[in-house]
Amino acid sequence: MTQLVTGKKTRFATAWLGGCSGCHMSLLDLDERLIELFQAADLLYSPIADIKEFPRQVDVTLVEGAVANVDHLELARQIRERSHIVVSFGDCAVTGNVTSLRNRLEVDDLLSMVYREGPGREPRGREGDGILPALIPRVLPLHQVIAVDAFIPGCPPDPDTIWEAVSALLHGAPVRLKQEMRYFG
Amino acid sequence: MSVVTLHINDELVSARSDQKLLEVIREQGIDIPTLCHLEGVSDLGGCRLCLVEVQGSSKLLAACVTPVQEGMSVYTHSERLVRYRRMILELLLSERTHTCAVCVTNGHCELQYEAAELGVDHVRYEYLAPQLHLDASHARFTLDHNRCILCQRCVRVCDEVEGAHTLDIMGRGANGRVITGLNRPWGECVSCTSCGKCVQVCPTGALFFKGSSVGEMEKRHAFLSWILNGRERKEWQW
Amino acid sequence: MNRPELQAMGERERERQQSYRCRLLCCASTPCLSSGATAVIEALKQFVKEQELDADVLVTATGCMGPCSRGPLVTVQTRDLEDVVYEHVTPELARDIALAHAAPEPRALERNLLAADSPFFAKQKKVVLSNSGLIDPERLECYVARGGYGALANALREMTPVEVCEAITRSGLRGRGGAGYPTGLKWDLVRKAPGTRKFVIANGDEGDPGAYMDRTLMESDPHRVLEGMAIAGYAVGAEQGYIYVRGEYPIAAKRLENAIRMAERRGLLGGRVLDSSFSFRIDIRIGAGAFVCGEETALMASVMGRRGQPSPRPPYPAQSGLWGMPTLINNVETFGNIAPIIDNGAEWYAAIGTDKSKGTKIFALAGTVATTGLIEVPMGISLREIIFDIGGGIPNGRAFKAAQTGGPSGGCIPAEHLDTPVDYDSLRRLGSIMGSGGLVVMDDTSCMPDVAKFFMEFCMDESCGKCVPCRVGTVQLHRLLEHITNGSATPRDMETLEELCVMMQETSLCGLGQSAPNPLLSTLRYFREEYQAHILERTCPAGKCTMDHVPPLEQGAELQRRSRSTTSDSEVS
Repeated sequence: MTQLVTGKKTRFATAWLGGCSGCHMSLLDLDERLIELFQAADLLYSPIADIKEFPRQVDVTLVEGAVANVDHLELARQIRERSHIVVSFGDCAVTGNVTSLRNRLEVDDLLSMVYREGPGREPRGREGDGILPALIPRVLPLHQVIAVDAFIPGCPPDPDTIWEAVSALLHGAPVRLKQEMRYFG
Repeated sequence: MSVVTLHINDELVSARSDQKLLEVIREQGIDIPTLCHLEGVSDLGGCRLCLVEVQGSSKLLAACVTPVQEGMSVYTHSERLVRYRRMILELLLSERTHTCAVCVTNGHCELQYEAAELGVDHVRYEYLAPQLHLDASHARFTLDHNRCILCQRCVRVCDEVEGAHTLDIMGRGANGRVITGLNRPWGECVSCTSCGKCVQVCPTGALFFKGSSVGEMEKRHAFLSWILNGRERKEWQW
Repeated sequence: MNRPELQAMGERERERQQSYRCRLLCCASTPCLSSGATAVIEALKQFVKEQELDADVLVTATGCMGPCSRGPLVTVQTRDLEDVVYEHVTPELARDIALAHAAPEPRALERNLLAADSPFFAKQKKVVLSNSGLIDPERLECYVARGGYGALANALREMTPVEVCEAITRSGLRGRGGAGYPTGLKWDLVRKAPGTRKFVIANGDEGDPGAYMDRTLMESDPHRVLEGMAIAGYAVGAEQGYIYVRGEYPIAAKRLENAIRMAERRGLLGGRVLDSSFSFRIDIRIGAGAFVCGEETALMASVMGRRGQPSPRPPYPAQSGLWGMPTLINNVETFGNIAPIIDNGAEWYAAIGTDKSKGTKIFALAGTVATTGLIEVPMGISLREIIFDIGGGIPNGRAFKAAQTGGPSGGCIPAEHLDTPVDYDSLRRLGSIMGSGGLVVMDDTSCMPDVAKFFMEFCMDESCGKCVPCRVGTVQLHRLLEHITNGSATPRDMETLEELCVMMQETSLCGLGQSAPNPLLSTLRYFREEYQAHILERTCPAGKCTMDHVPPLEQGAELQRRSRSTTSDSEVS
């Protein structure tokens, strides 16, 4: 994490697991600070850019959302293997948040309630087969699946909070949020 | 009332001999977190956030229930204490479903505040996600067990200040529940005076006024000292 | 009743007993009753009636004799013959026994004999249980015939309260509930505490899994406990005692109630005890199934009719106990030691046991050991002697793995420490505690993380929920142990586990939470490699755990594997 110091740009990525994408919206709310961000960093992977494969040798990855299905598990594994620093970005990644409200239900009951018996047209065949990634029994916060280096709470985190964390990371410093930036919710 | 002198974080302070440590520590302007303690009701010693180190005692002592003693030497913020406080918060956050983002007290919650204050930025324990219900049978209040931390403030204020004792605790351990009227729906409890003290003293979103939406339920427990001081000084004529 | 009348009562009863040619003593404690003692007693009584031997043969239902796994047990005392003990007695065998012993030329049967010189009996020393198995717990006369209430009479006549406290202090007796606080010191604190009303409580809320020392004492010799309490009442200046009996012990409660009534009727309890100026009433309080009520502050709350949960100490019960009054609270077994100390002298008692742990201790020997049952041994005996001599070793050719003492607050002691003397301080050094006397023996088929999980589940179910570290900590530790034993734990879980254990010990409100991590920590101390095998190699060395789960990150592959197997199943069908 000495990229800035040596003048090299930080290899930066953001990922989106089980969440509402609100954290990414808040990231975009950095407004003119985005320019500063991308002067210091290259965006290698993100839901806001159409890149299929998670790249190798990433310096910093912000992960939005909780781990809810097998695709998330696979992506989380790749992110951890290929990133120097992994950041839980927003409450869903940090706590499971709204995504994890389904944890009190069995997966099969949940699918019945929402798809098989729910409103709208009945899906044909078994909805999981090859179309939807299989849901894991319980939604997990990211750090309960892979090691996480820093946490940015908030639903969504305030742009100022995001900037506080991201600018520290770009400078190779640890994330130390002020108290008012540490609130869940 | 006699006076005792003691050391708090190596500062010499004096206190009345009938005071509890917590009061003296706070008088010194030292910020020590609490959740079950509430000015105006009896102390429980249950949340364990106000634990302090007392020299010569092998055990950590809850400041809210420990009387001051002459010559005591107390430490309030050792590395170990700060770490334990953080762990207690993590345990509380893992116990029930405190999804702050969709809570009526989001932004006005003591649990949320203490977590931020103590730097709990994630919870290392498994979220237990118990199946708990919500009692909305009362005309004005709702009791949401999912957000309850079993601090028993509501139970104590109902018993000790209002004198109704509608609320109590049923079951034990993690199966403990705040109940109303010997475990009847709140709306059917004739002992409840609908005074709302329980709602105001609740540190989280477990008790709230009906009609509040996310972030709208602000708690005010200053009324308690107003009532109690009034009673003591006989300021009221009725 | 006064002292000479008491002595006369004992003399009459002794004469009565000696008038019989043969006495058949049948254990009527819970373990023997549950293995069929009632039918045995009936058969014997029937036999005596049929044969019209009422004047020659006496059938007595007694308390516990010890080797409970060999019940129903019958001891036969025959004039001119050695006493013999029969095991696994059936009603048919009972008739044969009676026939042989009541015959004009009595003889012992060859079958089902328990040798009196077997190490099970030879290595024990009965002080507290000296009457147990020999007297009818429902008859006051039987107790008095063996010197009962003599210590109380002696204390009231010959000793001042200060002298009684001094005698207990000199005896070196320590609390038998588990913590081992010096009893004499506690009595003296209550005696000196200012207050006009004081209370004495006997804690009979025994709850450790597999432990039944207190139950046996209360069932087998209830007057022993009452006498100890009355002496304590005299020593500390209390006129009211409560005996708190666990709700699951109906027989103990019934026999105590009967004993209190008898003693009151004869002036041994109640107003003006033994014609002295000392009055002492005892009432029974029955628990409602909460383990935590064995903790003294929770027990007192329960006695007062409040929710049974602990409160922070200080103030200690000796300063402010029941209804704010000074209260002496001791374990039932502690009270069982009092009369022998007064009878035989503090020096006699202090000569038994080790330097810092005096006297004897009752253990409930359970688990995988040839003979399970209730034993009383001198302090300082080695675990090896208890398990291999008294208990007869490990059955089925298996190897000894660990002994668990102290129940959910204690720990596991591995084979390399088998020669440790059993006393308060040695066990503590090994990371366990004496506890109230549960001793569970485990062979090599036991998985230690699984054992730790069992005890953690117990603590989780029994946590009162008042303080956060115990209420949530026990649940989280149980979850972590569940992950370890089902194969889904990661190395990081071990760090979380160990940190949480220490935190709970230091921050919990009462002894239950403070000691709940002990079984876990002690198995970690001696069997860490078993935990590591579960986590790193995902195998259970003892072959006990199912290990059918995977760590979170491997769930994807696991789900796919499972869905493939179910798809192929459905294709086949």
